[in-house]
Amino acid sequence: MRRVYLDYSATTPVKKIVLDEMIPYFTEKFGNPSSLYELGASAKTDLNISREKVAKLIGASEREIYFTSCGTEADNWAVIGSARLKKKYGNHIITTKIEHHAILHSCEYLEKNGYEVTYIGVDEKGIVNLKELEDAITSNTILISIMFANNEIGTIQPIKEIGEIAKKHNILFHTDAVQAVGNVDINVKELGVDMLSMSAHKIYGPKGIGALYIRKGLILPSYMNGGAQENKRRAGTENLAGIVGFGKAAELAKEGLDEHIKKITSLRNYFIKEVLDKIPNVYVNGDLEKRLPGNANLTFEFIEGEALLLYLDMNGISVSTGSACSSASLVPSHVLDAIGIPVEKIHGSLRFSIGDFTTKEDLDYTVEVLIKVVDKLRSISSVSNEKGW
Amino acid sequence: MAMYNDKVMDHFMNPHNVGEIENADGIGTYGSPICGDMMKISLKIEDDKIVDAKFKTFGCGSAIASSSVATDMIIGKSVEEALALTNKDVLDELGGLPAIKEHCSVLADHAIRSAVYDYAQKTGKTYKGLEGFDPNEDEHEHEHGCQIEE
Repeated sequence: MRRVYLDYSATTPVKKIVLDEMIPYFTEKFGNPSSLYELGASAKTDLNISREKVAKLIGASEREIYFTSCGTEADNWAVIGSARLKKKYGNHIITTKIEHHAILHSCEYLEKNGYEVTYIGVDEKGIVNLKELEDAITSNTILISIMFANNEIGTIQPIKEIGEIAKKHNILFHTDAVQAVGNVDINVKELGVDMLSMSAHKIYGPKGIGALYIRKGLILPSYMNGGAQENKRRAGTENLAGIVGFGKAAELAKEGLDEHIKKITSLRNYFIKEVLDKIPNVYVNGDLEKRLPGNANLTFEFIEGEALLLYLDMNGISVSTGSACSSASLVPSHVLDAIGIPVEKIHGSLRFSIGDFTTKEDLDYTVEVLIKVVDKLRSISSVSNEKGW
Repeated sequence: MAMYNDKVMDHFMNPHNVGEIENADGIGTYGSPICGDMMKISLKIEDDKIVDAKFKTFGCGSAIASSSVATDMIIGKSVEEALALTNKDVLDELGGLPAIKEHCSVLADHAIRSAVYDYAQKTGKTYKGLEGFDPNEDEHEHEHGCQIEE
């Protein structure tokens, strides 16, 4: 059976060239970067070469990159670290309703510990309103954390404008850029962000390695206590092979960025057009322009997303859904809710995310299967266009 | 598919008794699209025996599989036997559902009771299995933990 992976926003395969670069660091180049002898010293050198590659991808300098175990750790560190750092200046944090749970649950943790959090909304296209953001700022506001691009609907926020607002009010600004890095041209200096989270496995690098960009001059308290690794800010023996993989993936992403954006956007637009042309009662969720290249979040009316996901899986196609039935908590997508999609339609939403190994043939096959399985599930469904919801 | 067993997957991929019976003797609906699942069942009843049952379900794999297996289970049964069907019977027949999905099996037995209630209303018949049954009492949301306001 043909296999079509359309969940690149969940994770990406490690590129062979990335893996090849990593392998020696498990075996002959296994040294601990903190050791003084040659094996350790060369590990340290390679570590910093990789750091430089990751820094380049976002226009940062090498000393501003701190490796973490994943994007979630970077998010937790940025939010909770900033709250601790700025405690004497205030206890108010501003974020959005559409953040990843790594941010939302960090904020909830802070709320239980004496902080106040304002969750600003987004418009029906999934973009924050800058006036609402500015209106939410109080004399107690110490941090703004707004994601660069959304993981479900792919919408890209006006980060530069948010950076200007934060600077004007002298408030720290963090952005969760886990989905954006490698898919959007990012320059932290131009954007005015103080902290930026990223993750290797979203850009064809390995799982288990992420990084937090911390602007030079910002001394975020360390999150992990122990040795002097990562400029004494993040203790723990470095995941050297992972870091080398991250570095290689970042280098490839930087080199191929323009072409990647062009190719993936074109495939995505082709896919959306095909689906909308060939299947009735399908809608795209989120802004079509300010959007990650590979993201297509679609609502299929009158059917439930988990059922559709499993029918696609039986045909070798991997996607994800915002339906409550697919989540362990049975709660429908908070992101689709925030852009005003009615709950019954959230249940029928699927996220297709296209990546570097997706071909036009993969998408044609997917559309062909979708036509069949959507038709079949609608024939089983108790709701329809004629009968209504 | 690791999530569902083979029997569930078979009923989900190839559901039995899908459709609507024309001039049905009893029709019942249970659930709501807002909660993520809704089943509509129609019954053909002759001499107090269920001779045919068809369903249409909006819902996940568990909801569709439960609908399919439950209709199989009541065809050929007496009305009272059909009313005695519980969601546990449906679960057992399916060989179990993941714990978080067990609530989906309540759809079918509730929808069947609603359809028999409709039949009883139309014909003036009374059934022991319908005692205390109120089709307007919506337990669905409670059992689902579906607390979304309509």
